[in-house]
Amino acid sequence: MSGKTMFTDTEFSLIAREVKTRTGYALTPSLAPTMESRLMALQRRENYANVNELVAAARANHRLWDLIADALAHPETRFFRDRAFFHSLRTEILPNLARNATAGQRIRIWSAGCSTGQEAYSLAILSDELRATGALIEIVATDHSDRLLDKARSGLFSQFEVQRGLPIRTLIEHFEKASDLWRISDRLRAQVRFERHNLLSSADKLGQFDLVLCCNVLNDMDPAPRQLALENIAAALTGQGLLATGEDGVTAVAPHALTPSGQIKGIYQRNAGWRRAA
Amino acid sequence: MKSCLVVDDSRVIRKVARRILEEMSFSIDEAGDGLEALQSCRRTMPDAILLDWQMPVMTGIDFLRQLRQEPGGDKPVVVFCTTENDVPKISEAIRAGADEYLMKPFDSDILQSKFAEAGLV
Repeated sequence: MSGKTMFTDTEFSLIAREVKTRTGYALTPSLAPTMESRLMALQRRENYANVNELVAAARANHRLWDLIADALAHPETRFFRDRAFFHSLRTEILPNLARNATAGQRIRIWSAGCSTGQEAYSLAILSDELRATGALIEIVATDHSDRLLDKARSGLFSQFEVQRGLPIRTLIEHFEKASDLWRISDRLRAQVRFERHNLLSSADKLGQFDLVLCCNVLNDMDPAPRQLALENIAAALTGQGLLATGEDGVTAVAPHALTPSGQIKGIYQRNAGWRRAA
Repeated sequence: MKSCLVVDDSRVIRKVARRILEEMSFSIDEAGDGLEALQSCRRTMPDAILLDWQMPVMTGIDFLRQLRQEPGGDKPVVVFCTTENDVPKISEAIRAGADEYLMKPFDSDILQSKFAEAGLV
């Protein structure tokens, strides 16, 4: 470790432990070079001479550990990630939710671990189509990282970001050029409420949801925090609510709380009778 | 195997696009301007065309308008690949018959994403 990066093995283990405690994410030694470059930016911002001094100071300052966990948050996301899944959302899942909603009832959707917001805004684009049928849809998007949430709230994306997953007609319908960036329309931006939330905490404050998307988030977690996160999400589902994980196998740690739903891969429902332990 | 005609006056861009598209199992032909591309299409209509805008002899947009008038010219899926990145230009390309639109610079991830959105993979 120390031969490749400026971290000592002890420092790496300490960072990994503190980040796992705060977010559940498992940091592996192969991530050390990326971690180092992100922490160097933080170290400069916080006026420490090097990353080692930053880590040393964090031992006595919990605020710094929060900032370190934030700096190491994984931003990888894209618009309409997993095309097959979003096709199912557009053609089956969302229309079914709209059909089953009683008059005046809002369909509540949660993008859990929303990173820089592409998933939430993809949902807003699909929901916009459904609103034409009179459906009332509320989208809540959460992440533990203030840094990522700030970017998500801005609604500004680079040319590279908008070209990953957004069809060109969708881009020019819902975005406008803002210098070198692209800005999502105010109308779509207003449809998503971004909030800071840690998946390892109870989601009671967010309310109950008809659909939760927690895609490509859980697989970076160790099994124990992943189980906790899944239980917190399961507790936030309505009786008929659905959880979409976008990947197979991640719910294997919580078969007591969640069970596969229907024919679409990676969609789960809360088990009847399951209640989160107090 | 699907075929793709790469149309760009830059040999470097053609080479980069060829490498990425061959990895996506496309067979590749190349053209250095719109007129060469039109002649190529009259010989064999490809499944897809990756098309630059600003080129000598015949621009990409003029080529596309002519292509769509040719027998069988409605068939190829056309993906613009250009530095033109303003909304009016993009709209003009769509009106002329472009199926997708890629703004340079690009990488393999973006090219694959655009071809997927155009239904080519």
